[in-house]
Amino acid sequence: MGSRTRRVARRPLFWALVTGVATFCLLPFLWQLLTSLKSNSEISTLPPLLPTRPVFDHYLAIFQDRPFGRFILNSVIVASLTTVSCLSIGSLAAFAIAKLQFRGRNLLLFSALSISMFPPIAAVSPLYLLIRAFGWRDTYAGLVVPYTTFALPLAIWILWSVFREIPDELYLAALVDGCTPFQVFVRIFLPLAAPGIGTAAILVFIFAWNEFLYALTFTSTETMRTIPVAIALFPGLHEIPWGEMAAATIVVTTPLILLVFLFQRRIVSGLTAGSVKG
Amino acid sequence: MRGDRAFLMILPAYLLIGAVAIFPILNAFRISLDRRMPVFGISYFVGLDNYRFLIQDPRFWQSFLNTTYFSMLSVSLELTLGLIMALLLHGSFRGRGLLRAVVLIPWAIPTVVSARMWEWILNPDFGLLNYLLQQIGLLSSPLNWLGDRVFAMHALILADVWKTSPFVAIILLAGLQMIPEELYEAARVDGAGGWQIFRRITFPLLLPFILIALLFRTLDAFRIFDLVYVLTGGGPANTTETLSLYAYKLLFQTLQFGYGSAVAVATFLTVLLISAACILLLRRQSHG
Repeated sequence: MGSRTRRVARRPLFWALVTGVATFCLLPFLWQLLTSLKSNSEISTLPPLLPTRPVFDHYLAIFQDRPFGRFILNSVIVASLTTVSCLSIGSLAAFAIAKLQFRGRNLLLFSALSISMFPPIAAVSPLYLLIRAFGWRDTYAGLVVPYTTFALPLAIWILWSVFREIPDELYLAALVDGCTPFQVFVRIFLPLAAPGIGTAAILVFIFAWNEFLYALTFTSTETMRTIPVAIALFPGLHEIPWGEMAAATIVVTTPLILLVFLFQRRIVSGLTAGSVKG
Repeated sequence: MRGDRAFLMILPAYLLIGAVAIFPILNAFRISLDRRMPVFGISYFVGLDNYRFLIQDPRFWQSFLNTTYFSMLSVSLELTLGLIMALLLHGSFRGRGLLRAVVLIPWAIPTVVSARMWEWILNPDFGLLNYLLQQIGLLSSPLNWLGDRVFAMHALILADVWKTSPFVAIILLAGLQMIPEELYEAARVDGAGGWQIFRRITFPLLLPFILIALLFRTLDAFRIFDLVYVLTGGGPANTTETLSLYAYKLLFQTLQFGYGSAVAVATFLTVLLISAACILLLRRQSHG
């Protein structure tokens, strides 16, 4: 960065914008945090903005009166299985596309890219019939298989751009030493691509953790709900219990915020992989 | 190098994409030619009847217009705010890493959760927005934002801008980082001012990235479902019903599988047209 940015950084307008953007991004989250710590009587009146005495009743309630632990478990299982299967299948395909010569490799990249563009609603009715026919409603497989498929383009795209950077000589030298292409992939390319694989894993995990339409459609019993479905169908007697809702949103967003703070560089590089190189 | 091995490596990906993505899409076309109500065991071929009905269905056209309005307004606001965020993040200042993480938070939060957050802020009785606006004297009595025919749509747009501007910012930041510093220095030596530098250097070189962000965001906005489902449910009086939500209601609430699939297919075709137009635009940009 040259003198221009340093000069800009001193201006009050710059800092006003930084503060404004940061407030805008954080405010809804902070407001939920404050709400989750208020007693019900304080929730239904303003002011006070801040809880006079923080209470943790709402946090207890979502785990004791509601199966919120189960929802979290469902989401963790579905998102983890999706991440593992998507990266296994995606890294093999990305390696083949990046380093092996075969007919139709551009076709795979193209079809991966184009399915990432279509609206999920377009496939939901036939997928629903398919999953019902398989007896996969209310099962983890009924979510993991579609999620793996629809996250594949993302994984293939990121990993392809990583594998492409690894020199061909490395691949050829290993072949000369008697490795099979699969051994080269496992022993040389996977370790070298570890950071890129981490990036893809984070993005696929977040995708699966947040998906809503298929989770809503392919589950019918309450115990099989994932977090987004549970939050969307949050039952209340007359009105939404906002204290418990706030506690629930804080519980499910805190891990994501930790993820963002720990891996912001990886996330940024993953999001830009397609647009910069493609 | 060896064709057979390569084939084995891509086979799982091909199988999944074929069976779980492409086959269902084609099947949706097929189902849209039927009158189907699976719960009642009704299923027979009606040809293009569903599409004939669709062309005259005012609710389809309203959801089409709602989706278009939502997409155009939210994407233009997101590009503006995203550009501002990217320019801020491109500067070198203490706390840049922190700001980058803070900006990413809305992007990482599930859309359903962000919808609940905004629903609470916009709550007519205990909402923060009504309280703040009344405190500073902009509002004399609380407004029911989500129950209002005009405000409800704009509340959706606000929540969407909050959630997705960071994505635009990250794409544009990548673009900004690829502009060589020498260009700026040369322009400054020639006596160019800040605005001139932005207009003559930053903006033209950033344009391909703006177009990519435009493409991704438009496609994403056009299939909006989660946010509307939670925040307004399409109301009041269907003024915020989008194409995906209308198709969902037809498919899983009134159980019209044939017609619901036709609406879903129409959504798909519209998205296809938009992406074709955007890609043409990108091509022309990169060749000229």
